[in-house]
Amino acid sequence: MGDFFSYFFDHFDQVGSGLWVTVQATVYGALLAFVLSFAFGFMGRSRFAVVRTISRVIVEFFRGTSLYIQLFWLYYALPPLTGYELNALFCGVVAFGINYGAYGSEVVRGALNAVPRAQFEAAVALNLSPFQRMRRVILPQAWVQMIPSLTSLLIMLLKATPLLWLISAADLTQVVQSMRDRTGATVPAYVTLLVLYFVFAYVLTLVMNALERAAKARLGQREPTKGLFRARSAEPAVTSTGGAA
Amino acid sequence: MNQEWKWDVWGDVFPTLLDGFWITLLATVLGSLLAAVLGLLVAMATRGPAWLRVPVRAVAEFIRSTPLLVQLVGAFALFNTVSALTIGIVVLGVHYSTYMSEAYRAGIDAVPKGQWEAARALSLSPGRTWRAVILPQAVRNVLPALGNYAIAMFKETPLLAAITVGEMVYEAREYASAHFVYAEVFTLAGLIFLVASYPTSLLMRKLENRLGH
Repeated sequence: MGDFFSYFFDHFDQVGSGLWVTVQATVYGALLAFVLSFAFGFMGRSRFAVVRTISRVIVEFFRGTSLYIQLFWLYYALPPLTGYELNALFCGVVAFGINYGAYGSEVVRGALNAVPRAQFEAAVALNLSPFQRMRRVILPQAWVQMIPSLTSLLIMLLKATPLLWLISAADLTQVVQSMRDRTGATVPAYVTLLVLYFVFAYVLTLVMNALERAAKARLGQREPTKGLFRARSAEPAVTSTGGAA
Repeated sequence: MNQEWKWDVWGDVFPTLLDGFWITLLATVLGSLLAAVLGLLVAMATRGPAWLRVPVRAVAEFIRSTPLLVQLVGAFALFNTVSALTIGIVVLGVHYSTYMSEAYRAGIDAVPKGQWEAARALSLSPGRTWRAVILPQAVRNVLPALGNYAIAMFKETPLLAAITVGEMVYEAREYASAHFVYAEVFTLAGLIFLVASYPTSLLMRKLENRLGH
């Protein structure tokens, strides 16, 4: 057992580089997912039936066809079809981005729909332009509602990053696993790996808690500081989103 | 396009994928059942005394926040005498039980306090209170949520391929690498997932609406 930890700390630079791959996949994947969430979420509320239908079809397609298949498809199937060799990390970022973006769009759509009708009407009565209405009245309120669900999706995305190992990117999982193979210490290796992911998930939760607090403060809702440290469970990205429709 | 799309691959690989699909389905069904039972126990434990509540909650939180794939591979390396499918089902079940317990907890919390008091007034034992009064009311409302988790689990079963369980993605990968037809095989596998999961999710939504959520 001591073997594993001495090996782990002697080769800490490898752990660092593996962690960096995982961090990159999480952050870039989350950014892409965030942008797509808003794009498809707004499209889903469009006045035009064609735009709504396009968004619906794309969202259902990416939610329905399992992240793993999407990832493998990008990594294994796209290169022979197009002739481009894709980097594993890039495939991961794209797959995580479109998959969680599809789930996130339902969160955005649901939160926008949950803002009371009267707020839209009041904004119209005040003669705000559609853009001002969205930016100053609707979004600040919807944003507070989105954060808890987006936090869950973010943790889910982090939990999906070990998939990179399956397409042979040198992420955290692969680095620690290779250390386990070298030292033969199964339990310490996997426990260390799980603890590292847990810590990372908690750090992300803290960031999101701070965001939520700031968003609520903008609406004049104060929260006790204690709330900043609460853990938030990751919810699986379920297919049906209840009241969101 | 560098390579011609070979449609005839679909006819050739379909039976193989279907064989794998049954394993996927089996793992989902057994895993969901295990998760539904374990989840209820976890939910009940988190309403128990502090010595039971605190550790159970901590462990559940840990399991929920860490990657399923690492848990699977770790359990597979640790219990190398047990069949991979069994390990897969147990790990899936344990992982999802921590989610389902939250759904149960919400359902149990939604049962009016007066029901507990009434059961007490009738001097029912704790066992009978749960069985005859609380659970029948709680579980009804929780069913749609459990169904959604089952669908989510269905889409995560491809992970079992990492521990050599011959479910659909495993079979797809074997076939694709042997014949070098990745695009055709993975596209078909994705479509099978879509065809299987979309109607189920529509059905769940119907059920939810009928139960008034």
